[in-house]
Amino acid sequence: MRIPGKLLFLAGMLAALGVGWVGFPLAIYKSRPQPVDFSHKVHAEKAGSSCEDCHAFRADGTFSGIPTLDKCAGCHAAPMGATVVEKKFIEQYVTPNREPQWASYARQPENVYFSHITHVKAAQLKCEQCHGDQKSNDKPRLYQEDRISGYSRDIWGRPSSRVPLRTEGGMTMGDCVACHRERGLEHSCLDCHK
Amino acid sequence: MIAENRKNKTARYAMAIDVDRCTGCGACMVACAVENNIPPAHEGATERKGITWIRVFKVNSGPHAAFVPVLCQQCGEDPPCVHVCPQQAVEVDPATGIVGQMPERCLGCRYCMAACPYHARYFNWWDPEWPAGMEKALNPDVAPRMRGVVEKCNFCHGRWHAARQRAAAEGKKEIQPGDYVPACVEACPAGTIQFGDLNDPASAVAAASKAAGSFRLLEKLGTEPKIYYHSRRDWVRGIADAPQPPMGKENARG
Repeated sequence: MRIPGKLLFLAGMLAALGVGWVGFPLAIYKSRPQPVDFSHKVHAEKAGSSCEDCHAFRADGTFSGIPTLDKCAGCHAAPMGATVVEKKFIEQYVTPNREPQWASYARQPENVYFSHITHVKAAQLKCEQCHGDQKSNDKPRLYQEDRISGYSRDIWGRPSSRVPLRTEGGMTMGDCVACHRERGLEHSCLDCHK
Repeated sequence: MIAENRKNKTARYAMAIDVDRCTGCGACMVACAVENNIPPAHEGATERKGITWIRVFKVNSGPHAAFVPVLCQQCGEDPPCVHVCPQQAVEVDPATGIVGQMPERCLGCRYCMAACPYHARYFNWWDPEWPAGMEKALNPDVAPRMRGVVEKCNFCHGRWHAARQRAAAEGKKEIQPGDYVPACVEACPAGTIQFGDLNDPASAVAAASKAAGSFRLLEKLGTEPKIYYHSRRDWVRGIADAPQPPMGKENARG
């Protein structure tokens, strides 16, 4: 039996697309789960916390980022609810005083100077503008890291299907540039690079 | 982006260096290296291959001597290095007037080093290495450069970022004069170097740039540098236009 040329071409193209769109991302990114199934939703709704309660600015204007264990232990020295996740968190981290190894989705490379306070206080941006709506995030997604550069997938190499670039949760250089350009604040590389 | 669309007030940062005050102590060179994460010289480094963003040269005339700190002259609108770069790795920041070098874009061809009339650009012949423990002294506001790229003075641009962050923390929109000062200016014990915004008529550099005895290096080339030197001695001013200044050591690198 002779396979028609058209079919062969189509099959070859599908295979190539499959390698490019599915195979390559699987090969280039290694992923790992967060150490704890932390729920932003529970903290926002049941505990009534706002972003700044845990992700605070220091007195000199620098940003503290992901809170350390002592911040968590301030409330969770003993279980406050009845969930398995909390019980495990206290057993594995709080009681032995072991810092969870959180993976930071948004950490920028060392050649980027990003200042939270200039964006939040001076430019009046909401956290959601870049980080997306975390209030309704019940379970942290997998952290994906580029095997070559070690960068988080969030800050570099989002799928090219993400068009237009300005959407919630974008933290690639393209997202930064798009927002700066829209506001007439784009001057040169030195705006953000160091 | 055209200038009219920009909201920020633009500045033209500049330096005024009083050659008559410089004692040649080299404190500026040390402060610069520490501030900008320049690693200790590699064992293979020579006079030509070391990295010194600012460098104090001794010039002689008979029994007289003068010390001239030379750094990137931060040429005006149209620096030679920007012209020749095939990678667009060099650009003049319109917000600050600083000539910025982007190591990530640089491919290491060193055209810019050949084009720079001031020999103010340096090539990384080796990957940076710090002796154990010294990495704790690294400046987090400056990214270390990798082997194979060119670097140069950028008026301690990390300090500009830091100053803007401090201003935002204090609820100010713009940084005030004096909030942002490069490390060499701060380190100089003789008060040789003044730093400020040329667009601000009240600044000390704006006055110094117009003062009698003020000159710039190789002004006839039309590079419009933003480093103004000053001397009351005629022979010192004369070196500014000499094609081969009477220096103790030859200053060619390549």
